[in-house]
Amino acid sequence: MKRPADASGPVARAAQRRRPRLAVWKFSSCDGCQLTLLDCEDELLALADRLEVAYFLEASRAVVEGPYDLSLVEGSITTPDELERIQEVRRQSRTVIAIGACATAGGIQSLRNVLDVDELARTVYAEPSYLDVLATATPIAEHVKVDFELRGCPITKEQLLEAIGAFLHGRRPAFGTVSVCQECKRRGTVCVMVSGGVPCLGPVTQAGCGALCPAYGRGCYGCFGPAESPNVASLMRWWQDELGVEPAATVRALRTFNAAAPAFADAAAAADESGRPGGEGA
Amino acid sequence: MTDDGRELRRLSVGALARVEGEGAMRVRVRGTTVEEVGLDIYEPPRFFEALLRGRAFTEPPDITARICGICPVAYQTSSVQAIEDALGVTVTDDVRELRRLLYCGEWIQSHALHIYLLHAPDFLGAESALELARSAPEVVQRGLALKKVGNDVMAVVGGRAVHPVNVRVGGFYRAPSRSEVAALEGPLTRALEVAEETVRWVGGFTFPSFEHDHEYVALRHERDYPMERGRMVSDRGLDLGPHEFEDVVEERHVEHSNALHAVIRGREDGAYLTGPLARYSLNFDRLSPRARQAARDAGLGERCRNPFQSIVVRAVETLYAVEEALAIVRRYRPPASPGSEVVPRAGRGCGWSEAPRGLLYHRYSLAADGSILEAVITPPTSQNQRAIESDLARFVEARLDLDDQALTWQCEQAIRNYDPCISCATHFLTADVQRLP
Ligand code: SF4
Ligand code: SF4
Repeated sequence: MKRPADASGPVARAAQRRRPRLAVWKFSSCDGCQLTLLDCEDELLALADRLEVAYFLEASRAVVEGPYDLSLVEGSITTPDELERIQEVRRQSRTVIAIGACATAGGIQSLRNVLDVDELARTVYAEPSYLDVLATATPIAEHVKVDFELRGCPITKEQLLEAIGAFLHGRRPAFGTVSVCQECKRRGTVCVMVSGGVPCLGPVTQAGCGALCPAYGRGCYGCFGPAESPNVASLMRWWQDELGVEPAATVRALRTFNAAAPAFADAAAAADESGRPGGEGA
Repeated sequence: MTDDGRELRRLSVGALARVEGEGAMRVRVRGTTVEEVGLDIYEPPRFFEALLRGRAFTEPPDITARICGICPVAYQTSSVQAIEDALGVTVTDDVRELRRLLYCGEWIQSHALHIYLLHAPDFLGAESALELARSAPEVVQRGLALKKVGNDVMAVVGGRAVHPVNVRVGGFYRAPSRSEVAALEGPLTRALEVAEETVRWVGGFTFPSFEHDHEYVALRHERDYPMERGRMVSDRGLDLGPHEFEDVVEERHVEHSNALHAVIRGREDGAYLTGPLARYSLNFDRLSPRARQAARDAGLGERCRNPFQSIVVRAVETLYAVEEALAIVRRYRPPASPGSEVVPRAGRGCGWSEAPRGLLYHRYSLAADGSILEAVITPPTSQNQRAIESDLARFVEARLDLDDQALTWQCEQAIRNYDPCISCATHFLTADVQRLP
């Protein structure tokens, strides 16, 4: 992808017309990841010069028809309608970046994957029969080819800007796959687990947030999802043996915002045969 | 034309823009009668209340924050207060003030987002703030700068602006240091002017003449403009604590929309409004002198019943939140302890707070080990939906001479007056999957 020319005049105007088209799509989510784009307060207007914001309902009622050069997709797939819509989004998009834990690992709503969705519906709704929902909440990549994934619940501004910048320059975004532990070391945060006995998912969680939670004195709760080949089972054993964490609590810790990420889901299932987040009777 | 020779008009907006979440609007007009108005919520349900069962009492501030990325602090605050109530935990004044500071950050960012990026374009005939930025970049930049100050406050107190990590039952994980908080003084001081300028700017917009007569419901506190504490009052005599909320408010299943609407029991219609207009009209005397003056200068009375002027009210509240945040920042000393000790026990607790969009109520029942037996959450948009629809019907009836395109845009604008947060509403609203052409 070529950068649009900066100079003014007819060439620039032609380049303007060639500005890559950006679309932002929402599936089942809280809007927090797309809000992160609007939270780029210092960069937003410059970005809007570089990209034509063609579809971004949270920000604009103007809708430009596809195809789109870059689609940012937030949310997981939880309804029959979304199943169809994601296919259409893929057909219309040259590059698809899934943004956030919902889009990359199901999000908090994927807790339903190990529960009975009809029972959930009955608990919340007077007329559950009107609902048209799937039994599972699944990441975007389970349905269509995804070109790149941004982790986090929510994603960070820095990673979003890096991903968009990389797209504009036609290169791959540069992100490490180290764990949150490395970021604590870089930041000089004393380990909350070793020094404070606080259960922390940092050793198995992908870096990217800057090790935020330990800097605030709490354990990482894994909102960036599993790091590359994490040894989740061994960390959970360590929590139990060294920190006295109840088995049911280890299962809950793995079943949060990235509950459908295989590394977390498998370890949670292994630790909890009954398949209930709080263990039997919870 | 229909059988009886009267013209049938249908207006619909398949996907509302510049609202949080996914909703649609549908209006059916026969001749000069508005037959049906619906604000359909097709945002998929995510079953939060059900998913909370069996989780630990420590988890709702993190889990319920994910109901809405635009007002996570409201969810965190209402949930921790409800659980503290269940566990008999009291928090120190220092901790409560830090909560209020975090909440000010959320009001500033959420209101600035709504004023500049979601709502103002309607008044200026622009499709979006990005379009607005082409003709008036300095205006949009001013809005973004204001929003950023709110985000900065949230980042210092909460760790980040979307889904802060620092809130726990009993208080905070860590109290920010004096110097971290002091760094906010400069940006907040500069934001005062910007916020005042914002009130002047939106005060100069042209507002369609329209007044509603719904009951206003908001928190009210003996000293403060309501945010994290107060009793629930109304302009028709309600005055209650959180434990009485469900005795007074009923969630009713409404046939035409397949949605639950919150209504006040024992009233003929029962529709009521919560949010900036109600808060302001019930608490004008609790605003700072500077915010009151800015409101008067912008042409607002002590009460406001025109939903289109809600943008001015939001601007006044933003100015107040900036002043309030600045006052807390200036007197801040890190508390001796960032939070109270919390011991699980069986119990039932209720809590509420004023989300940017209005009253947000939570109730939890806990087992002896602190696990959640039941959770109930009533967000502002579900409370306002009935009033929004009835306003829309009256609004359309008075404007039937407009062509469809103009009328549709005005209806969208009328909905955006309430800044409906559909992501919030949907965790309990039944989705109406019917979509009219
Ligand atoms: S990943 Fe988290 S922040 Fe992003 S949309 Fe999903 S719930 Fe919201
Ligand atoms: S430390 Fe863990 S839970 Fe906290 S923000 Fe980072 S990845 Fe998310």
